[in-house]
Amino acid sequence: MRNSLIILLFFAVGVLSGVYEILPGWLLANDYSTRALYILMFLVGVGIGGDERSLKALAKFNLKIFMVPVTTILGTFLGITVVYVFLSHVSLTDLLAVGAGFGYYSLSSIIISDLHSAELGVVALLANVMREIITLVMAPVFVRYFGKFAPINSGGATSMDTTLPVISATSGKEYVITALFHGIILTISVPFLVAIILSLG
Amino acid sequence: MFTVVIIMAAGMLAGYLLRKHKKLISLSERLVMWAIYLLLFLLGVTIGVNDQILERFAEMGWLAFIIAVGGIGGSILIGWLVFTFFLKSKTGQL
Repeated sequence: MRNSLIILLFFAVGVLSGVYEILPGWLLANDYSTRALYILMFLVGVGIGGDERSLKALAKFNLKIFMVPVTTILGTFLGITVVYVFLSHVSLTDLLAVGAGFGYYSLSSIIISDLHSAELGVVALLANVMREIITLVMAPVFVRYFGKFAPINSGGATSMDTTLPVISATSGKEYVITALFHGIILTISVPFLVAIILSLG
Repeated sequence: MFTVVIIMAAGMLAGYLLRKHKKLISLSERLVMWAIYLLLFLLGVTIGVNDQILERFAEMGWLAFIIAVGGIGGSILIGWLVFTFFLKSKTGQL
């Protein structure tokens, strides 16, 4: 939560400095985003590959545990397809690309603003921050009505880090390995799925 | 399009090979954090200078909320169906 507020603060300061035009022109004239994205993706990979806790969670791989991220991915796309029916002036692939951030707001918003548009990048930032915050706040309710996997499904990619403490507290410590495994698989799948979905649009 | 994915896979391999060098890994994690702050600041600037996007900000916020709720609702529902009727687990161990 604290981290997502810091991120939103940086974003808001960026918006304000854009509105009041306090930045030098050269900063706007150049587009560093693609190269910066490549460096960022490499470093995110280093973080996953170098985390021994992640490797231990991945070693638990079996078909049943793999069903947890699969239900999150399919469920997210299904839920978004349902709300799409009630919306107008939006494309389904745009909505699904935003949903494929699975709560990983920093990465998904940057990838989407680079591969698609800054506008959809902002929607991705907001939607995925909301996914994290809703999970943090609603986890006890989700567990009560939809079982102990619900906060993991809801947390998406964040079940490996920011929402892990609340999952451990509401679902139980015995769900931590599943939550880690789930979060890692979703984190890895975010760039894949976002890129694939946007190429279909 | 798949450049991003290949680069991330290369990063994972590099991280795996360097996993014993804790300082290097934690430096990389701090760099990620600051790169994200910078990129989102720049995304903010792009939005801030674009009046058309600014006018639609509230609308975009609502769209984001609907996508978040749809995604969470769908994934909880499918997860609940699968783990209640097909793969029962009382202990969380799967």
